[in-house]
Parts: sequence; structure tokens; C-alpha cells
Amino acid sequence: MAASEYSTSEMMTVEAARRLKNGAVCFVGIGLPSTAANLARLTHAPDAVLIYESGPIGSKPRVLPLSIGDGELAETADSVVPTPEIFRYYLQGGRIHVGFIGAAQIDRFANVNTTVIGDYARPTTRLPGAGGAPEIAGSAGEVLIVMRQSVRAFVERLDFITSVGHLNGNGARARLGLPGRGPVAVVTDLSIMEPDKSSNELTVTHLHPGVSQEQVREMTGWPIRFAENVQETSPPSDLELVALRDLERRTAVAHGENVGVGA
Amino acid sequence: MMAEISSLRTAIETYLHDGDTIALEGFTHLIPFAAGHEVIRQRRKDLTLIRMTPDVIYDQLIGAGCARKLLFSWGGNPGVGSLHRLRDAVENGWPGPLELEEYSHAGLANGYVAGAEGLPMAILRGYVGSDLLKHNPMIRFVQCPYTGENLATVPSMKPDLAVIHAQKADRKGNVLLWGILGVQKEAVLSAKRSIVTVEEIVDDLKAWPNACVLPSWALSAVCCVPGGAQPSYAHGYYERDNKFYRAWDGISRTREGFEAWIKRHILDTEDFSSFQKAFREPAVGGVR
Repeated sequence: MAASEYSTSEMMTVEAARRLKNGAVCFVGIGLPSTAANLARLTHAPDAVLIYESGPIGSKPRVLPLSIGDGELAETADSVVPTPEIFRYYLQGGRIHVGFIGAAQIDRFANVNTTVIGDYARPTTRLPGAGGAPEIAGSAGEVLIVMRQSVRAFVERLDFITSVGHLNGNGARARLGLPGRGPVAVVTDLSIMEPDKSSNELTVTHLHPGVSQEQVREMTGWPIRFAENVQETSPPSDLELVALRDLERRTAVAHGENVGVGA
Repeated sequence: MMAEISSLRTAIETYLHDGDTIALEGFTHLIPFAAGHEVIRQRRKDLTLIRMTPDVIYDQLIGAGCARKLLFSWGGNPGVGSLHRLRDAVENGWPGPLELEEYSHAGLANGYVAGAEGLPMAILRGYVGSDLLKHNPMIRFVQCPYTGENLATVPSMKPDLAVIHAQKADRKGNVLLWGILGVQKEAVLSAKRSIVTVEEIVDDLKAWPNACVLPSWALSAVCCVPGGAQPSYAHGYYERDNKFYRAWDGISRTREGFEAWIKRHILDTEDFSSFQKAFREPAVGGVR
């Protein structure tokens, strides 16, 4: 693939990476968020601080971790602290600017489900569960969500709210008294959504190049709203694509195969 | 009282009883697989399992029928997908019903700290807005007497037995571990009894000040089990066997495939070194 051609998945990762500011202290989830955060670090945000829940602070992995506790994360970190310190001192202590997470399902107010599909006691699908997300969603200064768009993932009603976004909207989150601002953007393989300032409902602000509003509607399980002036996302630059592909190539060599499968 | 230096079989026989609450910890790194296998080999029953990330090791214990209850915060096969034995237990009650007590990582990590502190509960700013509250009545709230803030509480984790794997012990049974530490130290100090398996026993730990050293007198038993964290990794000793984690997805997908693997590798082997031998030899059909 020539550098100027790119996949929807690459567009998603590149745009998610752009949302991470240089110098930001970022609590990173495994999988897509980790890919995007490391791409940011390798491009415009060399001083972003990546913190993983297993304990590494300031990790600069040469290849993407397959699991949240890979040795590579520890070896390239400024420090490795016990997991309770990550949650108690760094996250709860208010030192995390950005929580970068993925999800199995999301609703229009950016609440996320990673617990069960169906009834909790007798689920049709048992998902892995909360991990660090509920407290990241509560206490990180703000939250970025990256996930692929589909009607199974973007649903009218969640069977389970694992981690709170904007709850029922219209300022409901603020009334809960959570320290963090909650989700500020959802980056998918088709679009970028941001919560509306007053209703807090996810609103498409950008379509990726070549994507229509109709496609986004078809891939969303509720009647999705669009901003008045929907912009086109800037396509990935050659620099961004080369950095991403080099990272994924190094990762493939290091792990053998099945690159980029999240935990 | 110093830790006994013993075989893993003796340590599990001595310190683990049917019906106990146990915590096998290790956050991707230093997962005490050899000890988990020994629990299955000794056919312990009705255990309450605690673990932040019940991955392949607890999938094995649950599928083998050792567990009646699980306290956890993330249950998957890291980098691969679902735990099929955990899901079969939750979704279909096989090989028996499995009660869940589900937390977040922050909740369980704080619960271990409180257990190590000898306190009855942990306080954290968490769970607000999460449906975990509706399904786990053990997550509650308390009002701060100083500020009035409403804060979440979780009960402290107090396992009967904690088991971890570490890099080194000295001949007195002092244990040194490094790299990703997870909640291993807290799990050991929260437990009534503890077993540590290590890669090697040396004359001198050569531990630097502030190193993570668990003193011998805080442990029950130390067992030398080289490779005892495989297929997870031991920093400075061996890498994670990512191929096995992927292979586990296929092995554990059916009850029959799982049972055949457990029989061949655990029930029909004497100990961890004979497991390693069986593990290296391809089984019929090529799946090790």
C-alpha cells in the first residue's frame, strides 16, 4: 500500500493519536488506545507520558504490548510502581490528564459496557469486565474513546453501564460530582463524535474522507445527530502512516503474529 | 518464624484446604502457573478465588472444578480474547455454578491494600455511575466525616492463602521480585498464609535499598520452581509464551479438548518438571 492510500482502521488510529497533546499524562488502555497513544508519542507528542495500569509510568515501548503487563512496558518506563499506587496516587490523586480507553459497546451519552451482553446473571455473552475503566472514566481529567463503529457496538440501550460517560446527559454527569470531565471525543473508523455542550449527546463533528452521513447512520444503533457544520477529517499524512506502519511491523516481528489484538 | 523451604507439593498439601479463599496474583508477569497446576493436581474443591485478572491460570482452575466463587475485575485471555472455561461456567454452569463478586481494578487493588493493613475495608473514589453497584452489594458508600464527600468502600481482601511467583529467594527464604509488581506484595501481606515459588534460591539476594523484598518471616513457604511462571514471563529469566496463550483459545474452546489437556499435562504428571516435559512433547494431533 502506498503511503497516500490508507485503511479506515489506520485513519481511526491516526486521528485518535492526534487527540493526545504533547506533554499530556495519559492512562492508556491496551489494544487500540495503546496503539494510538504510542503513535502520538512517535509523532507529534514525544513528551506524552504513558501510564499503564500494571504499573509502568512513562513507558516508551519499541513495540506495542500484547498484554497490559508486557516486560517491554517495564523496561522502557521511567519508573514501575505497584498497581495500587497507579490507582491510588496517580489516578485518584488527580495526576492523570487523559484516560484513553476502548469499549465493547457505547451509548449516545458515551457510557460504555465491557461487562455483559444480556442479563447479568444469565448473560448471552460474558465480556471481560471493568478492569481499570470505571475509575479512569471518573477521575481522569478527560476521556478519549477509540472503537470501531457498528450497530452492535453503538447501541440504543446498554445492557450494563460499566464505566460512566455522561449518564443521561443534560449535565447528569456533573451532578454526580465526578472529578473528571468525562468523554470529550469518540474516534471511530468512520467519524469523530463529540458530546454536545448542553445535551451531552454524541454528535458527529467530523467524517473521515470518503465517508457519508448515511454510512454513519447505518452503523449507529440510535438516530445519530450531526453537527451543523460537519468537517472532513484530515487524511493521515505520510509521516503518520510511515510511523504507524513501522510500529506495527516491529510489533509483528516481535510477537510473531496476530498483531494488534486488544486485551 | 521463618518460611519453610519446601517442595510445591508439600506446600500446597500443608497450606491449602478445600473451601479456602485463595489469591494467586501476578499482573501478566510472574503468574504462579506451577502452583495453580498443583492445586488442580491435588483436586482441591470449593475454593473462592480472588484475582484482579483471572486469565488462563484461573480458566484452568475453574474448568477443572476447583472453584465455587470468583472475585475479580477483568477476566479475559490477554491479547487473545475470551476465557472459554470462565464463560462456560458463568453462561452454562459447567462444570458447576460459579458465583461472581465483581469489582474494578481500583476496587480490588484497594481491597488488597486494606487487607494488608489489617483494616476491614478500603475507601476509594470510584464506581459512581457504574452498574457494578447494582450487582455487587459488597460495594457500598460512606460519608467522609471531615469533608462530607460520599466515597465508595470495598471489603478488604483477606485470603486464607496467597500464592505468587518471584525471581529469587535466599536460603533463609527472603524473596526478591522486580519488574511489574502488580499487587503481589499486597496479596501476600493480606493473607493468613502465603506460598512463594521462585526461579532460583541464591546465597545472597544482592537487593538494592527500596527493592521489593518480602521478608522470610512474613511468608509460610518458599518453593524453588524454575520456569514456574510459564507460560507467563519472569523478567530477567524468560519471555511470555504468547503462542501458548493463543493456543489456549483452541484448547479451552470445548469441554473435551480442555479435559484432555488437563489430564495429559496436569493430572497425569507428577509435578511441574514432568509437566514441562509433557508440555514440550507434542501430543497426538500436534497440540501440545
